[in-house]
Formats: sequence, structure tokens, C-alpha cells
Amino acid sequence: MGLLRITSPHAHGPLSTSRVMQYVLLATVPGVIALTHFFGFGTLINIAWACVVALGCESLALVLRRRPLGFYLKDCSALVTATLLAIAMPPYSPWWLIAVGIACAILLAKHLYGGLGYNPFNPAMAGYVILLISFPVQMTSWSGPRGLSEVPGLLEALQACFHPGAFDGVTMATPLDIMRQNDSLLMEDLWARTPQLGRWAGLGWEWVNLAFLAGGAWLLYQRVFTWHAPLAMLASLSLMAALFYDGGSSASGGSPLFHLLSGATMFGAFFIVTDPVTSAVSVRGRLIYGAMIGALVYTIRVRGNYPDAVAFAVLIMNLAAPLIDNYTQPRTYGHHRSGGEQ
Amino acid sequence: MSEVSYKELSVNGLWKNNPAIVQLLGLCPLLAVTGSVVNAMGLAAATTLVLICSNTAVSLIRNIVSDAVRLPAFVMIIASAVTCIELLMQAYAYELYQILGIFLPLITTNCVILGRADGFASRHSLAPACYDGFIMGLGFGLVLVLLGAIRELLGTGALFANMDLLFGPNAANWKLVLVDDYQNFLLAILPPGAFIFTGLIIALKNIIDTQIKQRQDARKDRPVRGAKRVRVTGNIS
Repeated sequence: MGLLRITSPHAHGPLSTSRVMQYVLLATVPGVIALTHFFGFGTLINIAWACVVALGCESLALVLRRRPLGFYLKDCSALVTATLLAIAMPPYSPWWLIAVGIACAILLAKHLYGGLGYNPFNPAMAGYVILLISFPVQMTSWSGPRGLSEVPGLLEALQACFHPGAFDGVTMATPLDIMRQNDSLLMEDLWARTPQLGRWAGLGWEWVNLAFLAGGAWLLYQRVFTWHAPLAMLASLSLMAALFYDGGSSASGGSPLFHLLSGATMFGAFFIVTDPVTSAVSVRGRLIYGAMIGALVYTIRVRGNYPDAVAFAVLIMNLAAPLIDNYTQPRTYGHHRSGGEQ
Repeated sequence: MSEVSYKELSVNGLWKNNPAIVQLLGLCPLLAVTGSVVNAMGLAAATTLVLICSNTAVSLIRNIVSDAVRLPAFVMIIASAVTCIELLMQAYAYELYQILGIFLPLITTNCVILGRADGFASRHSLAPACYDGFIMGLGFGLVLVLLGAIRELLGTGALFANMDLLFGPNAANWKLVLVDDYQNFLLAILPPGAFIFTGLIIALKNIIDTQIKQRQDARKDRPVRGAKRVRVTGNIS
């Protein structure tokens, strides 16, 4: 058995909730920079406005629930929810869209269930799905990446958020849309025809995903979460893609590399799937949880009708997490698997 | 057969024992057709009428029907009442009849109605049974209309659209557009919205009940002026 071979005192600095949340916020920075580089200031404004609304909603909920304001605001969980939802939303979203999403995430998905630690669903993803179902037009209009279309400046981005009527942006189909809608081409033709597809998985998107991967790897290095769930998700997504990909036709759903580096794969794998509250907790449970999410992401991406599938897959598996935990409880030392004593 | 007070019946039907938000009966129509005020009103009216008819009929035959066959008999009565209402709606509010669709015949299986027939009407005389049917229907209908109003307002930014389906052509311009240029919040109109807002209404009712109870308790515990403390354990009653 690997026991510690050092003498006392065994002091250690445990990760507090607020420290973990700050790490997560910090880890989103590379991804946000990549998003800002390719899609303009929209994401930054999304995040800033979402954080303001989130703090307001969190304070309101805390006052209504008669909880101490300072203590709960300091844990930064509202900011993390806001940031994750803002990153997931299309840049240049109008202010009311973000506000509705954050309000649903914080008030309905988090505080109605009892606040941080009690929520069965990931608040950011619940807010995202509510928005996607309620406002499909606004939620599916992604602006074109730098290099293909004019990227709005800071002033225009502000205008898009706070005076949406006057803003006129260029939206384009995302690589995942293109892949889903084209069923009758060879991959080479598809790539030659649509410059949005970039080199591997979409102009801009591949770098955004790599940046989120880098942020996630740093979180892993800091031991904010374990490798099981994200790796299982990425592995099962690749496996699904590899199983169904026939190497050349666009009807077969895209290569594993395409799926790994497109859409919200890396963001989901390292920032959503790893949510300690809503995911499974046992080691084997996390592997199953992640793998199921990966399989669902692929299925919904290829067969579904929505821009991406991470949010739906995560919510479905959030529902299943307690069941998974129930069946994967590790055996406690000195007890039989059936529960009796040895 | 105890004496019933109409006041108690009213409080029960409208608040304390409200079929929709306390007994949670008849949730299927409650969730399914409350997308707008007019739908909710149509179904509320139909349900109330059926409740009154069935309660009246059940109360009239309560001494003839034996216990063993009472449930089939009640269901027969309810089904005939529903059929009558359905035919009436078909005649006078055809478009609404089409919108409500399957949920009109399904009133037959609404647990509120059988519950009241078996639980109340079969044990009471005609007048209280009839009144109970009316007030239970009203309690159910008010929740239905409230939910319909919330969902229509949030979902479409307007209220009382298409009221002409129920109140004739004069009502066509009753529509109140509260917010111009409103982006429809589809979730409120879709089924999940019904669940969420029903839950919120129930929560609101519970909050009000708790507040009332606290206020009553506070009044009860107020010490008598000029009274001196005595060493006691527990409360003096």
C-alpha cells in the first residue's frame, strides 16, 4: 500500500470552493482569447454582461432565501456559471437573451434546487438549453470567423449587445451545421467548397478547441478534477466517430479529429463534464458518465437538429448520474460487495 | 351525514383543498391546454359544467345505487355529462372545440370529477353537492386561467388573444399587446413551461400559507398585558 513516508505534521492546502472556481475562471482564459481572436469582442461582452446579471440574480436569490450574501457571493460559483454560459452563447447576442439565460440558470436550475451543491443539472447547460429551445433563431446565429467575414469592432459589438435592433452582423453556418446538412458529397469536395471548414475542423474552431484543451490540461495539472470523465468522453466520441466514418463521404458524420476539434467538444469535456456537483462521483462512475456523454454527443450531433449536442448530452447524463453512482459504489474495506462484513 | 357549511366548502374549493394546486388532480389538462387564456377558460368552463352536472346526478341517485356498482355508475354519469358538453361546444364554439381536441373527452377521466363524485356528492344532499361541484370547478378553473395568463403573457407578450373563439366576434379585439416587438419565449408555451409555472404557483401558495400561519401563531402567543412571568415549562394553553 502506498503510504506517505514523511513525518507529521501532514499539513496541506485543501482546495476551497472559491479557489476551485477561480482556477476554472482562469483556465477559460486561453479559450476566450481564441474566441475573441476569431469572432471578435462579442464573447468578451457576453461574459462581462453575464457576470453582472449573474451577480444580481445570485444576490436576489440569496436575499429571498435569507442566506448570508458575502459568504455565498465570494465562492464565485455564479461567476463560473455566467462565464461558461456566456462562452457557450453565440457572440453578439442581445442583452435580454443573456439576461434570460442567466436568470434561468441561476434562479431555476441552481437556487430552486437548493443552491450550489444541490443542483441536479449543470446550471450553465440548463440555461443554455432553455435558451436554445425558446429562442432558436438567436441561439443558432454564429457570426463568421475572422478571415471569412468582417469581424465587428468593439463599438459595434457593444451596439450588438445593448442596442440589438441597429446591429447588422454576418452570420454563417458553423462547421457542424455544414457537416450535418451535406449528405451527398465527398469530403474533399466539401472541404474545397466551404472555406469555413478550415484545415481540420473549422476555421477558428480548431484553435478555440485547442485553447480550451490547454486550459483544461492546466486544470487537470492543478488537480481540480480527475482525468476520468473528460478522457472517457473524448475517447467515446472519437470511437463513435471512427466507427461510423467511412473515410470519404460527408454522409458518414465526419472524422474523429473533426469531432474532437469542432463545436464545444473540448469546452464541454473539460469545463462542463467535470462539474463536481452534477457528475458521477465514483471513479468507475465517472468513466461511464463521460463515455455516455461522448456517445450521446456524437449521436445528437449527427442525427439531431441542433447546432451542437454537448448541452443536451450533459443534461441527460446529469439525470443518470445518481443511478450510475448507485451501481458503481466502490466496496468499502472490510466489506463484501453485497454489503455484509468479511 | 354531517351538516355542511357553504363557507367551508368555498374555502376548501378555492384555496385549502384546491383541486389543481393542493390535490394536484387533473394535471393532464392543466398542463396540456393552458398555453393561452382562451384555451384555459374553455376547458375550465367545460370542467366546471361537468362537475356540477355529475355532482348533482350522483347526489340524486346516491341512495339507489349500491356500493358495489357505484364507481361504474358514476363514470357512466360523468361520461354522459362530458358528451353533452362536448356536443354543446361543438355547436357553439366549434373552433375552440377543435383546439381543445382530445382534452374535452378526456375530462371524463379527470380525477377531480370522480374524486368529488365519490368523495363528496355520494354522501351529501343535492344542494351542497351541486355547490361543491361549482366551487371545485371554479377553484380548478381559476388556476387554469392564471396559468394560461402567465404562459400566454411570457410566451407571446400579449394577453387575451383569440377570445372570439369563446365570446363571439365582439371579443376579437380584446387582445392586449403588452410588449411590442416581443421575442416569443417559447419555453413558456411548451410543456416544460407548464410544469415550471405550475410548480411556481404551488410554491407561491405555500409561501402565503406559511405567512398566514406565522401571523396566526404570533397573534396566539402574544402575552397578556400586565401578566407576570411564572416559572413554567412548556406553553400555557
